[in-house]
Amino acid sequence: MNPGSGACRDCATALQPGRQSKTLTPGPAAAIQSVRCYSHGPHETDEEFDARWVTYFNKPDIDAWELRKGINTLITYDLVPEPKIIDAALRACRRLNDFASTVRILEAVKDKAGPHKEIYPYIIQELRPTLNELGISTPEELGLDKV
Amino acid sequence: MMLPKAAWSLLLRKGGRGRRGMHSSEGTARGGGKTPPYTNCYAQRHYPMPEEPFCTELNAEQQALKEKEKGSWTLLTHAEKVALYRLQFNETFAEMNRRSNEWKTVMGYVFFFFGFAALVIWWQRVYMFPPKPITLTDEWKAKQLQRMLDMKVNPVQGLASRWDYEKKQWKK
Repeated sequence: MNPGSGACRDCATALQPGRQSKTLTPGPAAAIQSVRCYSHGPHETDEEFDARWVTYFNKPDIDAWELRKGINTLITYDLVPEPKIIDAALRACRRLNDFASTVRILEAVKDKAGPHKEIYPYIIQELRPTLNELGISTPEELGLDKV
Repeated sequence: MMLPKAAWSLLLRKGGRGRRGMHSSEGTARGGGKTPPYTNCYAQRHYPMPEEPFCTELNAEQQALKEKEKGSWTLLTHAEKVALYRLQFNETFAEMNRRSNEWKTVMGYVFFFFGFAALVIWWQRVYMFPPKPITLTDEWKAKQLQRMLDMKVNPVQGLASRWDYEKKQWKK
């Protein structure tokens, strides 16, 4: 099974409650079709969604509030974020000198996968170069996944 | 309808989520500056990054660690990484999502009150209930049944079909 861009997502991409006026829109460079809630009208594709969030986290001067808001919003969606989105988020943590948040993000991603136990190892595998480069340990390596 | 960031922060703070003040020390095993938050700003599965870090008062050692955090994370030991996490967050996801034995307490209360209600109803039956209506006495019920058999109620598959009219007894 190849958890590609489609399989990481549940079927509820059409209804994304985070896409209301409360969500921060990305920078002007992102070409998006719509940020409104829709069950009608043009759908944002998976790639556009990913690109939008990667752009959000790649903002060079992102601040801590925006990082937290982004992660909290992303977690409310009915999907497991793509590794590239998480990679951008981890790098944002690095820019903010916030190590604890990197571990937290990985924990949250594992929790989002729910009963689908194969998703998290795949994501860690995809993120391994970034984890090694930035020196981020997974919650398992730190023993934080046990009660 | 985009609110500026500061307004969002204000909205979030006032809209049902309290503000966490400074923490006083509780003397737990894990470093200083820790109390369980008294507000409802708890981290949850769907809200992994709460606004305030768990520890806001840092002693000198913790501040030194925060300085080290600004450098390369490859230089941090596992213990330091765990310490940084614990400064920022009260519970890990595993701890936050742990099961509890609360259900046993709940079921205990439920059964207790079932029993109590049963005792109350028993007392009521002894001391409060009026006599049975005449139609529920055994004598009346016997006459009622006899009348139903005489009328041949439900003779195909029901009551009268199970009565043997020759032998005047129920069919075996």
